[in-house]
Amino acid sequence: MIYDVSVFAILIFILFVILVLGLSFYFARKTKSASGYYAAGGNIHWGVNGIAFAGDYLSAASFLGICGMIAFSGYDGFLYSIGYLAGWVVALFIVAEPLKRLGKFTFADALDSRFNSKAIKLTASISTLIVSLFYLIPQMVGAGDLIVPLLGFPHWVGVIIVGSVVILIVATAGMTSTTYVQFIKGGLLIIFSTILTIYILKNGFTLNPGKDYHKFTKMDVKLSDGKISSLQDSTYLVIKDTIIDKKFHFVKLAKNNVERWFKLNTKDTITQLDEMLSIVVLSDGKKLYNGEPKIARKFYQVGHATSLVVNGVKVDSTGALGPFEFITVIENSQVMRFAKKTFEDNGEKVTVWYQNPTAGKDIVKPGLLYKLTSKTGATLWDKLNFLSLMLALFLGTSALPHILIRYYTVPSQRAARKSTIVAIAAIGFFYILTLYMGLGSMLNGVLDVESSNMSGPLLAKYFGIGLFSIISAIAFATILGTVSGLIVASSGAIAHDFMDKYLNLKMKDKMKVKAGRYAAFGVGIFAIILGILFKGQNVSFLVGLAFAVAASANLPAILFLLFWKKTTAKGIAWSVVTGITSSILIILMSPSMFEMYGYAKKDAWIALDNPGIISIPLAVIALIVVSLLSQKDNSSKIEVHQINHDK
Amino acid sequence: MLHGPAAKLENDNAASKKAKLGIVLFFFYLIIYAGFVFIGLACPELMGVHALGKQNLAIVYGFGLIILAIVMGFIYNALCTRMENKMNTKK
Repeated sequence: MIYDVSVFAILIFILFVILVLGLSFYFARKTKSASGYYAAGGNIHWGVNGIAFAGDYLSAASFLGICGMIAFSGYDGFLYSIGYLAGWVVALFIVAEPLKRLGKFTFADALDSRFNSKAIKLTASISTLIVSLFYLIPQMVGAGDLIVPLLGFPHWVGVIIVGSVVILIVATAGMTSTTYVQFIKGGLLIIFSTILTIYILKNGFTLNPGKDYHKFTKMDVKLSDGKISSLQDSTYLVIKDTIIDKKFHFVKLAKNNVERWFKLNTKDTITQLDEMLSIVVLSDGKKLYNGEPKIARKFYQVGHATSLVVNGVKVDSTGALGPFEFITVIENSQVMRFAKKTFEDNGEKVTVWYQNPTAGKDIVKPGLLYKLTSKTGATLWDKLNFLSLMLALFLGTSALPHILIRYYTVPSQRAARKSTIVAIAAIGFFYILTLYMGLGSMLNGVLDVESSNMSGPLLAKYFGIGLFSIISAIAFATILGTVSGLIVASSGAIAHDFMDKYLNLKMKDKMKVKAGRYAAFGVGIFAIILGILFKGQNVSFLVGLAFAVAASANLPAILFLLFWKKTTAKGIAWSVVTGITSSILIILMSPSMFEMYGYAKKDAWIALDNPGIISIPLAVIALIVVSLLSQKDNSSKIEVHQINHDK
Repeated sequence: MLHGPAAKLENDNAASKKAKLGIVLFFFYLIIYAGFVFIGLACPELMGVHALGKQNLAIVYGFGLIILAIVMGFIYNALCTRMENKMNTKK
C-alpha cells in the first residue's frame, strides 16, 4: 500500500518521542539504587500504577492487532479482547496480593521466596527472558508497520527507531520512567480511542466509503469447455485462464499493457469476472501491485458494505448510529471482505485478495477465523485451537513477567489490589471500543490487505490527518512503553536473577543497575533483529503465542506455590522447563509457523496453532509428579508467615 | 537468603480471608467464562440467536464478560477494604 507522508504527523510523532525521552532523562537523575531501577522504589501511587498497568497491557497487540483482526475477521478478533480482559480476573483475585507479599524486584524473587533454590532462579530467569522476547516480537513488528505510513520509511527502519529509543529510555531510568511513560500513553490511548469511536458512530456507514474508493471492475463472460471464449469488455485481452482448484478459477487479463488478475464467479446462469487485488513477485524479485509498480498507487484500500439495512429498509447511508444500533445495522447488512489466496504462475509467486461478500450476521458472531460449526467444515483440531486460545488468554495475563513486576512498584498489598482494579476498568472500557474501531475499519474502505495491523490508524486517517497523526503517535508511544516494560523485565531477569542471585556475583547496588543497563542494551538489539524477521504477522496472533508460553511456563508454578503445600523447588523448576519447552516445540511445529517457513499449513506436524491446551496441563503434571517425588527437599522450605515475621 | 519486597509491608491479618474471597470470586467468573467457551464449542449457532433486544448472544455474552469483570473488581475491593479496616486496626 502507498501512503502519503504528512508533515503534521511527523511533527506530532517527534513531539511524542521528545516528551518520552525528556521524561526518561528527568527520572534518570533520580534513579541511583537497584530498587529505584527495577521497582521504581516501590513508591508509585496506585492510581498511576493502574493506568500504567493499562499502558503496559494495551500494547501493539491490543490497539493494532485486535482492531486489525476484527476488521478482517469480525467477532473472532473480539475474542482476544474478551480473553485478554478475563485474564485480569486471575491476576486480581488470585495473584496480585500474594505476589506483592512474596517478591522484591522480579517474578523469580516471588517463586523462589520459600526455597532459596538455584534451579528456580535459573529457570525463572530464563522463562522471563523467553516470554518477554515472545512478547517483544509483535511490538517490534507493530512498530515497523506503523512507521511505514507515518514517516514513509521501510518497515525495518521503524523497528530500529523503536529499538534505539527504548534502549535509551530503559538504559537511562528503568522502571520509574517506564511507569510514567506508560501512565501518559495508557491515558492518551483510552481518551483518543474514545474520540475515534465517537467519530465512527457519528459517521455511520455508506455504500460508497469515499470519492477515492476504487470501484472494482466486473464483467460478464461466456465460457466454452470451462474456459473463457468471449469477454463483455473487448478492450481486455485474456492472457491466462487458470483453474487452481474446484473453488478457484482465476483469469489474467491485459489492458493498456497492464496485466491484472480476476476471479471467475458463476451464480445461477450468470458468469462474471470480478477484479481482485494482486501482488506478483517476478522472477527477478521485482513486485507488481495490481500489475504496476508500487509507485503507480494502483493497490487500493478496501472494505465496504454491499447492502445496508436500517429497520428493515435498504439504505445508501445510515447517518449517525447509537452503539447498539451500530452492531444491529452490521448484522442486517452485507459486507465485502477480501480473502487471500497464493499460487504460482510461470515461476512467479502470485498473491491475490478476492472479493468475499459476507453476511453481517456472520460478522458479529464467532466463526469467520475459528471454524466452529460442521457447516464450515470444523474439525476437532479447529475446536481445540479455539479452546486452547481462550485458555491461554485467560491464564496468560497473570503470568506475564512485565505485568507481574508492576506489583513491586506500589507501596502495599492494598495498593497492588487497587491498581489492578483501575487497570481492569480502563482496559475493559478500551476493549469494548476495539469492537467499534475494528468494525468501523471493516466498512469504511480503509483496509490495507497487506497489513491488518494498520486498520485502526488508517481508520483515524479516514476522519482526518490530525486524528491519524495523534493516534499513530500514541500507538507508537504504546509500543515504546510496552517494549520498555519488557526490557526492564528482561534486564531484571539477566542482571538480578541470573547474575546476582544465580551466579552469586555479589554485585553492589550501583553495579546491579549498571548490569541491568547493559542487559537492556543486549535484549534491545535482539528484539530489533526479531522484529525485522517476523514482518507481516498479525501482532495479536503473536501476542496470543506469548500468552500461551507464559501461561504454560509460569502460571502453574505461581498457583501451586500459593495453594499447594507439597510444592517443592524441583517441582517448580521442572514445571517451568516443561511449560517452556512444550509450548515452544508446539509453536514451531504449528500450521502458522509452517506457512512462515514457506510450506503449506496442512503439512504442519501438529494442527494446533496455540499450544496452551497441551503445554499448560503438561507443566501442571510435571510440577505435581516432581514435587511428590522430592518431598524430602521440603524440610528446608520457609513458610509464608515466617517470611512476614522476618521483615 | 530471603527476598523482601521493594517497599516495607505491614502485617495483614485479613490476608487469608481475602485469599478465600478471591478464590470464590475467581471460580464464579471461571464458570461464566467457561460457559461462553462451551457455547462456542458445543453449539456455536446459539451465538447468533438474539438474546437481549436486537443483540445476539455473542455480543451480549462478550460485553457481559468484560463488564462483569469490572463490577466484580469493585465489589472485591470494597469487601477487602472492609476486612482490612476491621482486622488490621491497631489496638
